[in-house]
Amino acid sequence: MIPEIGHYAISLAFIFSLVQGTLPLWGAYKNNSVLISFAAPAARFQFISILVAFLCLTVSFVESDFSVALVAQNSHTLKPLLYKITGVWGNHEGSMLLWILILALFGLMVGEMGRNLPSSLRARVLGIQGLIGVGFIAFLIFTSNPFLRLDPSPLQGSGLNPLLQDPGLAFHPPFLYLGYVGFSMAFSFAIAALIEGRVDPAWARWVRPWTLVAWTSLTIGIALGSWWAYYELGWGGWWFWDPVENASFLPWLLGTALLHSALVLERRDTLKSWTILLSILAFGSSLLGTFLVRSGVLTSVHTFATDPERGVFILLLFLIVLGGGLLLYALRAPLLKSGGVFAPVSREGALVLNNLFLTTAFAVVLLGTLYPLLLDAVGGGKVSVGAPFFNATFVPLMIPLLIACPIGAKMTWKRGDLAGALSRLKVAAAIAVLVIVLSFFLDGDRSILPAIALGIAAWLAVGTCLDLYEKIGFSRLSKAVAFSRLRHLPRSTWGTAVAHFSLGVIVAGITVSSVWQVEKIQVMKPGETIELAGYEVTFNGVSQLQGPNYTSLRGSFGVFKESKKITDLFPEKRDYPAENSTTTEAAIHTNFYSDIYVVLGDPDEKGGWVTRLYYNPLVPWIWGGAILMALGGGLSLSDRRLRIGAPRPAASTSTAKTL
Amino acid sequence: MAFNKIMLIPFLTVIAISAVFGAYLWQVGPGGKDISTLPSAMIDKPVPEFFLPPIEGRKTGLNSNDLKSGVSLVNVWASWCPPCRVEHPFLMKLARDGVVIHGINYRDKPADAERFLRNLGDPYHQIGADITGRVSIDWGIYGYPETFVVDQSGRIRYRHVGPITQDVVDKLIRPLLTRITNK
Repeated sequence: MIPEIGHYAISLAFIFSLVQGTLPLWGAYKNNSVLISFAAPAARFQFISILVAFLCLTVSFVESDFSVALVAQNSHTLKPLLYKITGVWGNHEGSMLLWILILALFGLMVGEMGRNLPSSLRARVLGIQGLIGVGFIAFLIFTSNPFLRLDPSPLQGSGLNPLLQDPGLAFHPPFLYLGYVGFSMAFSFAIAALIEGRVDPAWARWVRPWTLVAWTSLTIGIALGSWWAYYELGWGGWWFWDPVENASFLPWLLGTALLHSALVLERRDTLKSWTILLSILAFGSSLLGTFLVRSGVLTSVHTFATDPERGVFILLLFLIVLGGGLLLYALRAPLLKSGGVFAPVSREGALVLNNLFLTTAFAVVLLGTLYPLLLDAVGGGKVSVGAPFFNATFVPLMIPLLIACPIGAKMTWKRGDLAGALSRLKVAAAIAVLVIVLSFFLDGDRSILPAIALGIAAWLAVGTCLDLYEKIGFSRLSKAVAFSRLRHLPRSTWGTAVAHFSLGVIVAGITVSSVWQVEKIQVMKPGETIELAGYEVTFNGVSQLQGPNYTSLRGSFGVFKESKKITDLFPEKRDYPAENSTTTEAAIHTNFYSDIYVVLGDPDEKGGWVTRLYYNPLVPWIWGGAILMALGGGLSLSDRRLRIGAPRPAASTSTAKTL
Repeated sequence: MAFNKIMLIPFLTVIAISAVFGAYLWQVGPGGKDISTLPSAMIDKPVPEFFLPPIEGRKTGLNSNDLKSGVSLVNVWASWCPPCRVEHPFLMKLARDGVVIHGINYRDKPADAERFLRNLGDPYHQIGADITGRVSIDWGIYGYPETFVVDQSGRIRYRHVGPITQDVVDKLIRPLLTRITNK
């Protein structure tokens, strides 16, 4: 009964999305307020019916109703409750339902919270959002129906991929989809603006919170995915330039560019056509990622069971949404009037530079991701361009971007003072040079590149702090005044500072962990001790363990420093009989400054075990930095200006910001 | 209306990308052709002349004369290449069965290549370190990994682009090796 309710609810949602995708658009065109008024209720009912469908599927998973084909293929009675629930989106059909649920959630939020939008703009945004919904709900119903029944139903399910039975990965997809789908808001706003032929600072202010939500969620989603790869794949690495990782990174790069260019549009009424293009492409690259993962073009740990029919359907969706959006852009964007002019050396100029580097980086990563696929498509076989390509192209683009970041943040609008900005960053520059010199001479290899990278990290962190310090006026004003200004600094200023500071943290983490990692691979007999970067790691042996739905070989290691015990580590090799596969569970001890990372390998014939021990300095900073960055996004989102949403004249806000 | 042709570039790019993917989906569909083999200008030609130094931890490198002393496989690989990890067990199995496999290690850090082999096992008879990537260009390599079958006289008889699979080993490589070894 419950799957039938879900089936019925999703069909109902399809009808509501059709209503939402047609009547309001027609109403906005004819200026008919009755038709326009259908928009918000349609979005509300569409969300409610998809939520009902999603809950029905969740109940089927929790109850292990194996008469539902999807549950039988992806669940098992012995699976812990958490993974029964997260198993709902651990497969193609269920994750598509989650995707659509989030799409409808954004529609609901515009419908309920967007009361201050002009009614025709709101109707058009909801209409476009409804049309995207039509496409994806049709995709779900016609090619990936999660509610299909099995007759006769099996007594036991075949289980969930053990790699996915992990808390890190359980919450990776929801955040990722919040990011992917969140960019649909910027897309819908851009299309609506193109239809209306009007883009102004108010538009930019309405788009900003949605872009911030998407960007912040995507940042968390990518960090969770990378953290998961780090501890679950057992290779000691955390980013592999895998096409699926790139698929999530591409919209992030464009989303970051969009956040910055929308700022220029909001403050200075310029870069209109460019901001619109970024809005369309950010969602387009999310759709590209969706296509790559679900069409069977890629095979990797992430991809779902595939079917060419689905690939064709989703390629058509990609073509209609992105192709249609870009065609409209080509026809209508030349009509947008450009606003304020600015000197090359100015805040606007710095943000344009930021956009140039980010979009070039996007193009490079896109090329590196698509080249092997395109080669495969024309019959060239599956190949990898690999990390050397990305390191040789992406890293050189990031270096000038990161160096320019604190300088740009110190520029004023319209016309900036480069010499002045640089002189106010003297302290940061001095500290950066000191860091470069110190790390060059302290490092045994005397290599210059890591030293420069660390210098950039220091430059970013110190430069950002200096900027805040000066904005608050600690050096000029009395303590009481300064503290009051500290409290009244806009949250978005804090958000920017925190996000830029976190870049420094991430750069330091990436550099130190990749250059000064220590790796020891060897055969160890029980009782043997290995020295690892100042620690002694003792292997105590291996025992058998029985988990809820797996059996495990568990290695026991003692970690000592100067003969004092630090911790015990228990890496495992798990065997999941239902799914007939094994996973490696690395054991990690972290002190927030460095990780000791232990992996248990295979036994040899003589009673020894292959063990892999890593000392990963500063690796926790990578994820700490990403969390900090997301926090910056959240702070910016909580700014009063965004919640009120009413645009004020650009002049008054820009003085507050550049003080 | 001011229409600007440059504005069409993003649209046309998307159309082009979609067309290529469309063609791809068409090929892998029912009755699609096997696209993992690819005709090569190198087939039945002698291997290019080259001389490569050894990787770290080995004494001998690889040069074109080494490929003229018997039937062998030449595998172009790198430690940073994920598909190379995928095909690695098949190479190990072939090596255990007595097939001579030579490696061309493409643009790797010497220590990384050595660690890859220490970690996963070493199927190679001889390995040349192609640190600059020059020799790989002479071989006409598209991407990594690629595998060639070379006969006694040092001529290339077969080329496989991408990771080799059980299917490729059983249906193509082993029959071909048997055929040219018995000749």
